[in-house]
Amino acid sequence: MEEKKIIVEIKNVNKVYQGTNAVVKDLNLNVYEGEFLTLLGSSGCGKTTTLRMIAGFEDITSGTILVEGENIEDKEPFERNVNTVFQTYALFPHMTVFDNVAYGLKIKKKPKGEIKTKVMEMLELVQLGGFEKRYPSQLSGGQKQRVAIARALINQPRVLLLDEPLGALDLKLRKQMQLELKRLQRKLKITFIYVTHDQEEALSMSDRIAIMNDGILQQVGTPVEIYEQPATRFVASFIGETNLFDGAVSSVDGDKVSVSIESGVITGKGTDFKVGEMVAVSVRPERIKYSVRPVEGFTVPAAVKEQVYVGSVLKTIVVLPNGNEIRIERLAGEELPAEGMVYLYWKDEDAKIIHSFDNNIFAAIDNIQLA
Amino acid sequence: MNRRIKEKIKYTAGIIYCALVYVFLFLPIVVIVVNSFNATTSKPYLSWKGFTFAWYGKLFENTVLLASFGHTVLLAVVSTLLSTAIGTLAAVGMYKYHFKGKGLIDGLLYIPVVIPEIVLGISLLTVFAKASVPRGMITLVLAHVTFSIPFVIFNIRARLSGYDNSIEEASMDLGANRVYTFFHITLPVLAPGIGGGALLAFTLSIDDVIISYFTNGQVKTFPLKVMESIKSGVAPDVNALSTLILVGTSLLVILTQSGIFSKHKK
Ligand SMILES: Nc1ncnc2c1ncn2[C@@H]1O[C@H](COP(=O)(O)OP(=O)(O)OP(=O)(O)O)[C@@H](O)[C@H]1O
Ligand SMILES: [Mg+2]
Repeated sequence: MEEKKIIVEIKNVNKVYQGTNAVVKDLNLNVYEGEFLTLLGSSGCGKTTTLRMIAGFEDITSGTILVEGENIEDKEPFERNVNTVFQTYALFPHMTVFDNVAYGLKIKKKPKGEIKTKVMEMLELVQLGGFEKRYPSQLSGGQKQRVAIARALINQPRVLLLDEPLGALDLKLRKQMQLELKRLQRKLKITFIYVTHDQEEALSMSDRIAIMNDGILQQVGTPVEIYEQPATRFVASFIGETNLFDGAVSSVDGDKVSVSIESGVITGKGTDFKVGEMVAVSVRPERIKYSVRPVEGFTVPAAVKEQVYVGSVLKTIVVLPNGNEIRIERLAGEELPAEGMVYLYWKDEDAKIIHSFDNNIFAAIDNIQLA
Repeated sequence: MNRRIKEKIKYTAGIIYCALVYVFLFLPIVVIVVNSFNATTSKPYLSWKGFTFAWYGKLFENTVLLASFGHTVLLAVVSTLLSTAIGTLAAVGMYKYHFKGKGLIDGLLYIPVVIPEIVLGISLLTVFAKASVPRGMITLVLAHVTFSIPFVIFNIRARLSGYDNSIEEASMDLGANRVYTFFHITLPVLAPGIGGGALLAFTLSIDDVIISYFTNGQVKTFPLKVMESIKSGVAPDVNALSTLILVGTSLLVILTQSGIFSKHKK
């Protein structure tokens, strides 16, 4: 990402709706030119609010948003060089597909001939050639979504905001549209800020993902970084499945960190930890191995509780002596023994050490002090 | 019984039933139209004495009748304009904004609709009398606006229930300012509701008798005039005017139905 130009800069942005707690809390985020950035988080975490502040439909309570270096606070939505694809499509019901897409150009008073060629080009691009005379009520959900995208793209915005654009589509169509959107974005080289609560969608489409929880930005990074090096407990459990062990750091040796947990000492990888600090250790289900005989080094004894085949994958739940459950995932093959003990182990580098006190808790403490 | 015969009987019965309904609906209208060409001159103007256009000629000499028609049209146009404007603002405002007592205001809207017209007429008369507003065209307009507003609101609200606020945001997002958005998005999308409400207000006003009876003062509207003349049998020139009104409204309905006024199909 280095050397890339920043196109949207969100600095210390807070949003408080009247009569609620803060919905977006001290958000700092840089979006680079031409990238596909996804805002990911569960329902109600402030994703839409963030987009609406960039688009100009919501006031910013405090902080600043710069687009191409320019503070947009005092600009009306119609003066901003960003366009939005709404979750509900928001097509104009009384206009044909052609007029919907042409709307932005008509306002700019472009000559008729130019409008016509551009609209037709755009409709070809979203594979809706021949649909220009239809009204929105005569289109399927996927087609409406394409019109909404074409209508927003025709203005050649510097940044396109997409608020769960595929949320209303069925799974198959959604997968297909994901690929198409990605293709469009690569082709047009427009910056996309994409909102979704679907982690799979985020992982497969994004250059970078920004994960939000309860109005707080948890981590920004490439899909691999997010998956392999979750910064917080929330990220570790939100993205994919994982097993978390709570403990305290007992020793630090370079990036090797040892953590005392209930059943022994786990050695894992992590930087920036202090001895005595409360941490969590995250081990992904597919990284856990087992043996029916005790193994050398660190191992956790467990009993098998349940095994389920999910196509090519065998998912197993085992129970530790303290009653905690651990998930294991392996390519289907030999089942784990249903009786007796198994011994779980994993490579040191597959145990990720995570700061246990999420920003969440700090924020909660802040709130208490404020109250 | 053979299934095909059964179907045939069902089908014929259906046709006869429909025909009877239509005869029942349209026979009175036919009688009026026919009678407007009746050459009879003796009360109660019912026996057929041959064909004539004379009543249409007489109609245009009957200045009192024509004046009453003029009053009715003026009253309908003015009260429609006022109630449509007020009703549109009310419907949009109540859709967009949330405020204290909204539920109450909402419920109160139904009252003018459900209470008997005669009660509304008496109440209006009482209010006008107490406030010593001289009865006449002004009170007629006020009364008609009063009973039309809820109908306009209901009509527009039906349209609003499917209205997506984000189309206005989408318009601004694409570069349109608020005024452009109102005239190119909000108004056209609500137009069918507004038009329907206006049409309803117009028809309610044009044939209102009861409420007008209480609030008219010296001003005679066409329905009131007709009511008056009924004592001596409906004069054929009233039939002639009714026929003309019938032709006018039918033309209007045909034009709207054929889509001449709407630029697009929904
Ligand atoms: N106009 C508003 N007034 C008051 N509170 C609001 C308003 N809009 C949103 N909120 C609240 O702000 C929080 C964040 O809302 P937001 O719409 O940004 O969530 P989101 O992350 O987009 O969720 P989802 O995935 O469900 O769309 C929610 O708790 C919501 O109830
Ligand atoms: Mg949302």
